[in-house]
Amino acid sequence: MIVYKYIAEVLFYALVILTFAGGIMAVRSKLLMHAVLGLAATLFGVAGLYFHLGSPFLAMMQILIYVGAVCIIIVLGVMLGNTPDQLAAKHLTGRNLPLALLACSTGFIALFVATIARTEFTVATEKVGDMSIEFVGESLLLQYCMAFELVSVLLLTAILGAIILARGGREEKSS
Amino acid sequence: MEIFYSILPELIRIVVCAVCGAVIVFGNALVMGYAERKLAGHIMLRPGPMEVGPHGIYQLVVDGLKLMGKQLVVPAKADPLLFRFAPLLAFAPVFVPLLVIPFSSKLQGFDLDIGLLVILALASINLLAVLIGGWSSNNKYSLFGAFRAVSQNVAYEIPMLLSLLSIIFMTNTFSLKAVVAAQSPVWFIVIQPLAFLIYLVSIVAETNRAPFDLPEAESELTAGFHTEYSGMSFSLFVLGEYANMFIVSSVATVFFLGGSSGIPLPYFEYSGIIWFMLKVYTLMFFLVWIRWTYPRTRFDQLMNFCWKYLIPFALVNLLITVVMVKLL
Repeated sequence: MIVYKYIAEVLFYALVILTFAGGIMAVRSKLLMHAVLGLAATLFGVAGLYFHLGSPFLAMMQILIYVGAVCIIIVLGVMLGNTPDQLAAKHLTGRNLPLALLACSTGFIALFVATIARTEFTVATEKVGDMSIEFVGESLLLQYCMAFELVSVLLLTAILGAIILARGGREEKSS
Repeated sequence: MEIFYSILPELIRIVVCAVCGAVIVFGNALVMGYAERKLAGHIMLRPGPMEVGPHGIYQLVVDGLKLMGKQLVVPAKADPLLFRFAPLLAFAPVFVPLLVIPFSSKLQGFDLDIGLLVILALASINLLAVLIGGWSSNNKYSLFGAFRAVSQNVAYEIPMLLSLLSIIFMTNTFSLKAVVAAQSPVWFIVIQPLAFLIYLVSIVAETNRAPFDLPEAESELTAGFHTEYSGMSFSLFVLGEYANMFIVSSVATVFFLGGSSGIPLPYFEYSGIIWFMLKVYTLMFFLVWIRWTYPRTRFDQLMNFCWKYLIPFALVNLLITVVMVKLL
């Protein structure tokens, strides 16, 4: 059984590296397309972490919704604009880079260290109840029904807003 | 050493599952590649491949050797990294869905309670590969092909999911094995004929095949998203496409045609795979038959058909199913 534990540990670090590498790629790449694919890698990594935490359902939904739908829509939007040989304009000039890095990082590190020193880390409790689809579904539709419904109202508002924006542009053009 | 022996059965199981998956993917591509060319020939009143071996049965092996020997050309203005990455992304995810498909009541890699979700989640990655391939080629035909692929697949995913959802409401589970077990007296094609029809139309669009092969319409777009691909990187896309055809046909078999059930044979727990494969390849023969019989639709007709007919019908079907399940 101890071998399983090692395999799980190796997988965990691999997934963490994938998540962070994707995040860095999303922020630092010069091409918008690479940034979106970095985002997709991060979301994959997060899905893997859900799997590692023992919720394959959540992992599959993460891939289905975020990688399969959200990323594809973003990529489609990006494809309208750029081709591989158009690089994004460089915003970072090299002149005061060390000074800028120092100024940014001191404040961050000070706050970070202070926060870590103050926080008491408690080990997460063992999971209670089963995490099967039935359990997730029941808690979503009974216990957290209000939050669930409010989220769907938010999505509905977003859809209506998008329709109004798209229609508004079209009418102006025709008149 | 003891530890090694304790995990050995599970290790063997994983290796056997992986090898069987690979055998299915490559064997299916060989069989379907040959069958498609031969059937296309006979439907068009010509013999099809005849030169290599009796009735050309070694044609696909020779083709495979030729493709392996070809140079992999990367266009000068393409994005080299993503251009090479896209075929791998199209090909790699097809192995995982094969693990959860119940080929017979005992021949199944893993019986997960989220079996259908695994298949759907990994099928959506294929679309990302098509997009990356089309974009990174830096070619207007490839880009148009990728555009069409995404708008078509996103639209047709909805009726496909809705038609499967009406079955899910009846069986109350995502596990493919349980869905097969639920249709022991009557297959769901009898109870849900409309859902089966909607699913059948949707998978033709999902696998980008004629009459819905707008992403690779050769008269308009040369070859669509894989215009710039050559050699093995092209064949990885083709292998992925055939494997996807196999997977969607298997899902149709599991959900509507009773999976591996049929006339009992000796050792039926294992030999049910014969009936399963028979049903899957009948469906795939049907897909090939449609492809070489009907002309290509126009793109606006394709999208209108999905949004104005398939989705409303699928929703009504789902509603009736839910009401009936509640009443009965």
